[in-house]
Amino acid sequence: MDQTQNTSNKRTELQMARSMCWHCQSEVTGEYYCGQCVKVQPLSRELDYFTCLGLPRLLGIDTATLEAKYYELSRAFHPDFFQAKTDTEKQISLGNSALLNTAYGTLKDPVQRAEYLLKLEAGSAKDIRNTPPADLFEEILELQEDLEAFRSASGDADETAQYRTKLLADRKLLEERQQAMDTKLAGLFVKWDTIQNRAPQPDALRPQKDDVLKEMRELLSNRTYLRSILGDLIATLEGGHADRRH
Amino acid sequence: MRIVGIDLGTTNSLIAYMDDKTPRVIAGRGGRAMVPSVVAMTDNGLIVGDAAKEHLVRHPARTIYSVKRFMGKGLADVTDELKYFPYTLSEQGGVIRIKVGEKTYSPPQVSAMILKELKQRAEAFLHEDISKAVITVPAYFNDSQRQATKDAGMIAGLDVVRIINEPTAASLAYGLQQRTQGTIAVYDLGGGTFDISILKLKDGIFEVLSTNGNTHLGGDDLDRVVAEVILKDVRARHSLELEKYDDAMQAVRLEAERVKIRLSDEQRTTAVIELPDGKGAYRKDFSRDEFEALAGKLVERTLGPCRQALKDAGLQPPDLDEVVLVGGSTRMPLVQRRVHELFGKKPHSELNPDEVVALGAAVQADILSGGTKDMLLLDVTPLSLGIETMGGVMSTLIRRNTTIPASSKEMFTTYVDGQTGVDIHILQGERELVKDNRSLARFRLKVPPLPAGVPRIEVTFLIDANGILNVTARDIRTKQSQSLEVKPTYGLTDEEVERMIGESFQFAADDLKARQLIEARTEAHAILAATDRALTHGGTLIRAEELVTIRAALSELEAVTKGNDHRAIRAKIAEAEQVTHHLAEVLMDDSLKQALQNKKLSELP
Repeated sequence: MDQTQNTSNKRTELQMARSMCWHCQSEVTGEYYCGQCVKVQPLSRELDYFTCLGLPRLLGIDTATLEAKYYELSRAFHPDFFQAKTDTEKQISLGNSALLNTAYGTLKDPVQRAEYLLKLEAGSAKDIRNTPPADLFEEILELQEDLEAFRSASGDADETAQYRTKLLADRKLLEERQQAMDTKLAGLFVKWDTIQNRAPQPDALRPQKDDVLKEMRELLSNRTYLRSILGDLIATLEGGHADRRH
Repeated sequence: MRIVGIDLGTTNSLIAYMDDKTPRVIAGRGGRAMVPSVVAMTDNGLIVGDAAKEHLVRHPARTIYSVKRFMGKGLADVTDELKYFPYTLSEQGGVIRIKVGEKTYSPPQVSAMILKELKQRAEAFLHEDISKAVITVPAYFNDSQRQATKDAGMIAGLDVVRIINEPTAASLAYGLQQRTQGTIAVYDLGGGTFDISILKLKDGIFEVLSTNGNTHLGGDDLDRVVAEVILKDVRARHSLELEKYDDAMQAVRLEAERVKIRLSDEQRTTAVIELPDGKGAYRKDFSRDEFEALAGKLVERTLGPCRQALKDAGLQPPDLDEVVLVGGSTRMPLVQRRVHELFGKKPHSELNPDEVVALGAAVQADILSGGTKDMLLLDVTPLSLGIETMGGVMSTLIRRNTTIPASSKEMFTTYVDGQTGVDIHILQGERELVKDNRSLARFRLKVPPLPAGVPRIEVTFLIDANGILNVTARDIRTKQSQSLEVKPTYGLTDEEVERMIGESFQFAADDLKARQLIEARTEAHAILAATDRALTHGGTLIRAEELVTIRAALSELEAVTKGNDHRAIRAKIAEAEQVTHHLAEVLMDDSLKQALQNKKLSELP
């Protein structure tokens, strides 16, 4: 689902918690170290993940670029390199690394990335729910019945095999459906990036942006629902525990 | 300040250091790098390692082995295997206690004894004090098990600067020494634990993509299946219940281990056990096929975690560039075949699978002390972390396989007017319900008495680079940080650790005494034997009075070695050396004469 996009990748300065160095009180001019005393500076708690990784707020991300930036920042912040430093520097390194890891983990995965963008951009409309896709209502009802029948099957081999075949067919249908959703999501990514590239200011083209975000939210809500019933279905087929953490 | 690397294993432990740019393990006096993780509590103090292993059969109730299996555990966690351990176990404050004689020890205390032995070994070898160490743990160790390992280090007088995962440590050693690159799987089957880690090695960054495992599956379990067959066979053939004899049980366990090891190289072998009550020697043949049939199920249990790790990393077997084997149990041809089948790639172990983890720990130690700058390890937390919510359900805060350090913030408030506290229960695990996951700790958040919903306390859960959880809280309204007292479910309290550090000095004194006694006795026995031999050859070459003096000195020495005073033994050794000095000279002359007589002059060197 990732597309490499030719974006205006201008260097975004990292946002620090304070404009003055915590140690020598001089103005912080370096990227993440004080220009005067070379002490590591804490990242701002309000720093968004895109800015943290030096990226514009676009959904198409080149994973190689993302990884390279992540590795570069890891080398700057990781606690391994602060072992002999003061406790304050160790704490800053720990906090910065934790934020960096969360940022990278979120942006690396396209779905989490989209969910995060919604959180950043959509205000009250950010909540992704767990709603069944309206056009799949009948199929889902039928699947629930099939699942119930399979679980309470008498243990007769023929009967079990019959339900199993049915569930396998259901699984195929849902997986195709998920595939289609992912394709649609990729389309929305392009749509968002086009508008965002044209008008990067938060207030510009707001109605158009909100439309895309709303569509994305619906899609992600349906996808969440689909994922959970698909997980349930696979767990039933494989006879194991449902692992809710995919 | 130098930092050493320690592999604190279930069956064997090792210590390593960085010699310029090469990690090296430190061997003991006998030339062996591995120290058996066995501690014997003798009447004369503590003995650790090879010497302690000899006590397993002689004093089974006082010789502790495989203590790593008990780290960070409660009694209920190990009920299934209690029958395999000859010592009495109990529980206090969620921590297993091992009763030996009149004293009880917590697993971290016993581990500390092993760590001290390693520390002394390194100090003797490097001629400097050692106070900082990187200690490895199985990647799948939970928070309590990691904390217990850290406690063990503290009790041993070591500042544990980092806890790192065994398979990732191994990857560091491979990355440094073999210049390994690409996506690799590290399959680590040790004495008591199994880990699988998938890593991406690129430009000096070692990024762990996923990890999985079983902290209760290893070589010990393989020995048990062999031991069970022997026990059953002895019962059938000799109608003897060996379970009643602690010493025989240890003998069976050790012989089962040897059978397993031999069958890695040979097609068949014989187990030999001395039966109790003078019933003679018992023998049983084992073929490799038989053994593999017994071990098959256990090896099979490592494959599920491997598949899960691949899935979590979002990879298929062909995506892997290399599969690396770590841990002594991977010497088994069966393991190598299964791993090969699963990953579709021939696994390899260029670096010694027993030593590679300790070597990696030394590499990480070097990174932390600023020596190695171009390598960086980005590891993950093996288990999801969460808190208990309404209805006994776990709400996940940090997912498994999240890169560490990792943090998550949660906002808490009150539901009743004037409520002054919120209870928080922290859990680790992958299951839906609280009761199916591991309880880590509980704490009470203190809240100022205000109308319901008004207090807003932000709690930060942070997993540090050791994989250990730190919890902090902040009142959003007042911006004040809140004090927290986290009570671990399965762990020693800070006070207990303090007390154990104090006690360890006492053990250290006992320890030294025991070591000196053993060394003195060994030397005395050597002298007694050598003089006996000398007298049979040269007794006729000296005067009668001299012979009497020597005999007297020898019997005095022999008498004193039965006591516990190493100084007295040393004194008698010196005496014996003195009175036998002339005899040694005479013998030397005599043997020289004989050598000359039998040779022509031209043959002399």
